[in-house]
Amino acid sequence: MRRLLLALVAVVALAAACGDDSSGGDTITLVTHDSFNVSDDVLEEFTDETGVEVKLLPAGDAGATLNQAILTKDDPLGDVIFGVDNTFLSRALDEDILVPYESPELANVPEEFQLDPRHRVTPVDYGDVCINYDKAYFADQGLAVPETLDDLTDPRYRGLLVTENPATSSPGLAFLMATVAEYGDDGWQDYWEALRANDVTVVSGWEEAYNGEFTAGEGEGDKPLVVSYASSPPAAVYFSDPPPDESPIGTMLASCFRQIEFVGILDGTAMEEEARELVDFMLSDRFQADIPLNMFVFPVREGVELPEVFVEFADVPDDPLDLPADEIGENRESWIREWTDIVLR
Amino acid sequence: MTTPGLSMRPTCALIAHRGRITRVGLLVIPVAFVAVFFAYPVAAILGRGLLPNGHLDLAPLGEVVTDSGLREVAWFTLWQAAVSTLLTVVIALPGAYVLARYRFRGRRILWAAITVPFVLPTVVVGSAFRSLFADGGPLGGLGIDQSITAILIAHVFFNYAVVARTVGGLWSHLDPRQEEAARVLGASRWQAFRSVTLPALRPAIAAAAAIVFLFTFTSFGVILILGGPHYATLEVEIYRQTVSLLDLPLAAALTIVQLVAVGTLLLISSRLEGRNAGPLRLRAASEVLRRPRGWAQRAFLGANLAVMALLLGVPIGVLVERSFAVAAGGYGLGSYRALSELRRGSALFVPPVEAIANSLVFATAATAIALVVGGLAASALAMRRSRRRGRGGRPGIAAASGVETLLMLPLGVSAVTVGFGFLIALDEPPLDLRGSPALIPIAHAVVAVPFVVRVMTPVLRSIDDRLRESAALLGASPARVWREVDLPIVFRAALVAAGFAFAISLGEFGATVFIARPDYPTLPIVVFRLLGQPGTVNFGAAMAASTILMLLTATAVLAIERFRIGTVGQF
Repeated sequence: MRRLLLALVAVVALAAACGDDSSGGDTITLVTHDSFNVSDDVLEEFTDETGVEVKLLPAGDAGATLNQAILTKDDPLGDVIFGVDNTFLSRALDEDILVPYESPELANVPEEFQLDPRHRVTPVDYGDVCINYDKAYFADQGLAVPETLDDLTDPRYRGLLVTENPATSSPGLAFLMATVAEYGDDGWQDYWEALRANDVTVVSGWEEAYNGEFTAGEGEGDKPLVVSYASSPPAAVYFSDPPPDESPIGTMLASCFRQIEFVGILDGTAMEEEARELVDFMLSDRFQADIPLNMFVFPVREGVELPEVFVEFADVPDDPLDLPADEIGENRESWIREWTDIVLR
Repeated sequence: MTTPGLSMRPTCALIAHRGRITRVGLLVIPVAFVAVFFAYPVAAILGRGLLPNGHLDLAPLGEVVTDSGLREVAWFTLWQAAVSTLLTVVIALPGAYVLARYRFRGRRILWAAITVPFVLPTVVVGSAFRSLFADGGPLGGLGIDQSITAILIAHVFFNYAVVARTVGGLWSHLDPRQEEAARVLGASRWQAFRSVTLPALRPAIAAAAAIVFLFTFTSFGVILILGGPHYATLEVEIYRQTVSLLDLPLAAALTIVQLVAVGTLLLISSRLEGRNAGPLRLRAASEVLRRPRGWAQRAFLGANLAVMALLLGVPIGVLVERSFAVAAGGYGLGSYRALSELRRGSALFVPPVEAIANSLVFATAATAIALVVGGLAASALAMRRSRRRGRGGRPGIAAASGVETLLMLPLGVSAVTVGFGFLIALDEPPLDLRGSPALIPIAHAVVAVPFVVRVMTPVLRSIDDRLRESAALLGASPARVWREVDLPIVFRAALVAAGFAFAISLGEFGATVFIARPDYPTLPIVVFRLLGQPGTVNFGAAMAASTILMLLTATAVLAIERFRIGTVGQF
């Protein structure tokens, strides 16, 4: 019995000891979402240059990460937060959790990505949520690939599309916003009525849609159209063994909604100087070039060389759909509620 | 029955007094543990929701009661959990009997292997079930894709082991001669079972059913993946309100509804469980086992093995098959190789060997914590109950039920509530644990403690108090009584509990995802990350990691249960 007690005391002591390591001098903590990734040697390069170590703290999906940062406003979880995107930007700004910093590296980033004039957030990467199609399916059926969002309501494409519930999935939400951007505040409802009449399938998350329902995914799916990403075609090639000569999937460019991801310095950090250095580093050529194969999104910096698999297999829309961040912030919940009534009830 | 003779009164009063002190002492650690790592964080997050400006605002609670959509969610949560629990008990009870009583080849391995479903990440199981149920799949004809039927089947799949092992653990020690005696006296097989065996098993059945109810009541992944977007439980709604909408008041109100429902049920179940918890005649499992005789017994055994093979084996088989499948056709080890080669040198993908090591270290620590905390609690709870028979004190039962309910509550509360609670509550020394790897085994132990308590308490209660009293009268200290009387009997139950705790830690995902450190990913986290990106290689590697997780679980549980100290473990 006494030994058991001792063991427990030891565990608690260990826990307390382990808890201390976050307050070390030259370590800064980067709070991120789970999809963040970076090469080890790139991070080491930052440490070599600045003497500052970076501790990563993944905190769930993008929404969960931001909400945790908001909840811990008085005693921040870390020094820098990565992964706030334009669909959640207004919440991050309204909650006053970030301090402004205008990085000199922004000179190399196109204006269109710089959404906060006060620079509380700095753009790092962008990607497009788009409908992907299974090339083989449409070739075999002798069916033309749908080109516009309107096409999807055509009976020829009845029952072919799977999308995600915007209440539980980030690409699902982005696709709903794509339709709001395309048809306007009063038009998107009719569009979804028509999609529903044309037998659209809704699942809870990207994984179920892509790996479960999509014909070119990994399961026994029977839907040749799926709401996914413009980077899915190169990813499908990159993660095949052996890699095929052509990507099995294509991107329906007219359906794309742009997501931009930002980094910001958390208010209350004791290491603002180091945090600024990290923001600069995340816009550097070295870090930006590392982004595509780690996160399957595109670097915002101009002139960054893309990996071959992206150059060859990624289709990027010239003029993707988008919505102003404050309009998203005001309407996000009501759009989701309305959508649920139209599509699921 | 335990009323001592007149002449013993003074001594007994002394024992009772010393016993009370011991009981309180035993409960200090468990209650403190649950208070610090569960009650306090949950209270902190509820406070944020309900006391936004320091004033209590109960309007959100009113909203939950009056909003018909939310009422529907609450009702669905309740009935699907009740039906899932009933189904699991009905299907797993015969399985428990077969595993406890029949000697057959592979019994031990099967006893360990049935825990495998329990640890599998829901995303993985979901995808296995969907590939069976989807239109093109082998069971596509049933038309149960995205339906309540699919949800119920998956719940039985996940929880079969909870009932089979909790009840089977006790059943394997029940003296079969009592039932045989009833038969000799003319009772039918059913009558003998109902009047002799069932009452003896009732505490274990109630314990297992309570756990299954809590798991299914807070079901999240299964509902989203297999039910599709048309179904939502309170858990799903709390996740949505917290994570995507940041509506803390409504999330807090929903959490309170969850707490009240779960608490009420637990109090009822705790009463039910205690009512029949008398001392039982227990025997070593090896003496109880016998080969099935005659065609009826063999058929019964065969039918139960078939249920296990179909229900548990097929989905697992699908996963294993996919882990070996090669894109070009045929089979190979490509996915296992990819698992160690993929993303080498990236900050968030450690080699799988490291993830395996992390999982094992966390599981060992979590099991140790859970055994200490849960074992102390179970000892105290069992004592309280046995005292009551001697003295008939009602307040004692209420207090015991209260403590028991408190220890079980973590299973009935949303992982997201606890995870977010950790963030805002455990942020000051000496409990600044945010971002610390120690938080992982602690969080796992919070989930595992209820299992330990529920598995061990019925067995401890079944120990005849007269044994303890004689030992005490002979001068043994309470600690010595525990060691000499309780320990040998409880050892076997502790091993079953340890197996559960280990398995829970290996498979835990919901809370881990909020507190995991990138330098210490566990296997389920690896699976989750791999499934998050397209490509055959990622998918294959996720299946390979899941297969490794299954193998690890079965091996660990088997090894734990084979653990013996002298003859103690054989009981």
